[in-house]
Amino acid sequence: MPEILDRARARVLTDGAGLDEAGILEVLRLPDEDLPALLQLAHEVRMAWCGPEVEVEGIVSLKTGGCPEDCHFCSQSGLFTSPVRSVWLDIPSLVEAAKQTAATGATEFCIVAAVRGPDQRLMAQMREGVAAIRAAVDIQVAASLGMLTQEQVDELVAMGVHRYNHNLETCKSYFPNVVTTHSWEERWGTLRMVRDSGMEVCCGGILGLGETVEQRAEFAAQLAELDPHEVPLNFLNPRPGTPLGDRPVVEGKDALRAIAAFRLAMPKTILRYAGGREITLGDLGTKEGLLGGINAVIVGNYLTTLGRPATADLELLKELKMPVKALSATL
Amino acid sequence: MTLLGYCDRCGEAAGEGDHSACAEARRLEPPRYCPDCRRRMRVQVVPTGWTATCVEHGARHS
Repeated sequence: MPEILDRARARVLTDGAGLDEAGILEVLRLPDEDLPALLQLAHEVRMAWCGPEVEVEGIVSLKTGGCPEDCHFCSQSGLFTSPVRSVWLDIPSLVEAAKQTAATGATEFCIVAAVRGPDQRLMAQMREGVAAIRAAVDIQVAASLGMLTQEQVDELVAMGVHRYNHNLETCKSYFPNVVTTHSWEERWGTLRMVRDSGMEVCCGGILGLGETVEQRAEFAAQLAELDPHEVPLNFLNPRPGTPLGDRPVVEGKDALRAIAAFRLAMPKTILRYAGGREITLGDLGTKEGLLGGINAVIVGNYLTTLGRPATADLELLKELKMPVKALSATL
Repeated sequence: MTLLGYCDRCGEAAGEGDHSACAEARRLEPPRYCPDCRRRMRVQVVPTGWTATCVEHGARHS
């Protein structure tokens, strides 16, 4: 047993304290033969500090494409030659998507817009859309609308949005290689406002953007410092026409090592499978991740790409004897 | 992927070149180009499906 796993067992599993950056890096550098023991420990940590329940979420794009920002992984930037065109979802379709999501047993429905930050039109759509969902569907509403002003934070709270997603995407030292139209610190500023408002903070990122293993450890440590309620973990799905469109996908074992490392960095957070797992991990890897620290999933499709059918994930959770978190447990 | 006139993933002529990678990618992507006229379509993805609309040839659904 590698010494770092003994230390992690004492510090994380027993005491509930996350590994520091150096410890995370040691975990990320473990050889393949130690991966089963690492995943087992991460699973024990998840079960001890989060329990067996899995939080299920659906996401939908309210405003797709035409974004003025240049996040190099994103097919929705208007600055690249991506085939994704701009489109808005109407309110009846938004409510229908929330109903379909709730029918899977999901407790979370996240409304996403490809924007730098919301304008008056988007906030008006959110007011109408969130009210319509809350009137028709028994589900928690989250939002992801880019960078916010304090007034917009306050308005989202008043609408009843309970969680706000704003990903840092990657570590501070690598961020300028991924985004040049705004800074890591600007994102951090929005996250602080969200935290202070009482909304739950959802903040994660994407692995496989070209960051080093050291920067992956840096990112996990920076997320741990933020202490978000939820961390969505994406793996790059290279999109045609984007600057990262030709990057290789993350190796499955590296993805699993990262899942376990992020769990050991943040033993008590909701660690969610997000985009890219289908191509990085496939069916077998998806199962291994759920037995290696993951305790939440996005079911169904993503914003511009497709996911596994919700039924496939729900059947897997049943096989693993991991109950879907009930809505009453989230209130 | 519909092999009529154009590949609905890359927009190139469906009968020219190898589109097997496009077909593989389309398992996890909605169509982006109209297979009839290669116009870029307006595509809305929702958790349980997608709708792709060509201004000339109308809507297609998952």
